[in-house]
Amino acid sequence: MAGQTPAEYISHHIQNLTYGVKDSGELGFAGSAAEAKNMGFMALNVDTMFWSVSCGILFCWFFRWIAGKVSISSPSKTQLFVELIVEMVSGSVKDAFHGNNKLIAPLALTIFVWIVLMNLLDLVPVDFIPYASYLAGIEYMKIVPTTDVNATFGMSLSIFALMIFYSIKVKGLGGFFGELAFHPFGKMLLPVNLVLELVSLIAKPLSLSLRLFGNMFAGELVFVLIAALVPFYLQFLLSVPWAIFHILVVTLQAYIFMMLTIVYLGQSHESH
Amino acid sequence: MEQIVAFSALASGIMIGLGALGAGVGIGILGSKFLEGAARQPELVPMLQARMFLMLGLTDAVPIISIAFAALLMFANPFLGQVG
Repeated sequence: MAGQTPAEYISHHIQNLTYGVKDSGELGFAGSAAEAKNMGFMALNVDTMFWSVSCGILFCWFFRWIAGKVSISSPSKTQLFVELIVEMVSGSVKDAFHGNNKLIAPLALTIFVWIVLMNLLDLVPVDFIPYASYLAGIEYMKIVPTTDVNATFGMSLSIFALMIFYSIKVKGLGGFFGELAFHPFGKMLLPVNLVLELVSLIAKPLSLSLRLFGNMFAGELVFVLIAALVPFYLQFLLSVPWAIFHILVVTLQAYIFMMLTIVYLGQSHESH
Repeated sequence: MEQIVAFSALASGIMIGLGALGAGVGIGILGSKFLEGAARQPELVPMLQARMFLMLGLTDAVPIISIAFAALLMFANPFLGQVG
């Protein structure tokens, strides 16, 4: 662990394990924050990839396992738990989405459970896995994928691509651009309409990803701050209440991301 | 160098403070309206509660984002890198 002073400890804990082309021209893991920054755009945050893909596999495996041994006469408690989640998501989709598309409900379920699982990694004590991986010889390890802006932007840009795809599929190319160009003020003020609508279109994925990232990053940073600044025998007095409050944020942010996905995709299925 | 540190400290303080101010007022109004609605029509409470939590998350997000950026200024200041 590099962190001796609180500032070093904190900046060590918010640094991803980055893989890319080093200054010397060879491939490898970055040894410091400056080196990771010099790798530029074509670098890979290996820890984010690993933990998010693991959460995805865990979700798929668990839900598939429950679906395989589903029973009507004597349902197990885990089956009821999964049914509870599926019914909650299905109710939200029925409330907010009025188009005809079989993709939306599975997509919403995937988004909700996946984000909840990734956010729940935030409740793992901040030094457990980084220290274990340090002992295994890995310098940096930031385990919560949603505290990495690349992961949340990846998700929101996928939603953005789906929004544009379904807008064009449902309304046609003319309908999609017509909505952008003629919508608030009629045909006379086409440039004004275009500017307004483009800004609101681009603000959707931006706010979607920054909302999730900001909430989780701030939450993670409070845990790291407590670990860095408070003596170890007093830490539980602060981190336990924050963790309990954070459970609300974890599920609420996943719910909001899911809900806004449904609403945005619903908007692209409805013509005005 | 010192000037950048000083202004960053000021900026992060203002960001956190104003963000908390706005969110406090907003969430206070949201909660009071929810209680009013719940008192008028108790049978609508489950529906109102779901909407309230959705709006709470949306309102909460803006100050949290500003806090995240303020924390970034505090602990990993990107402007210091420009001085070299």
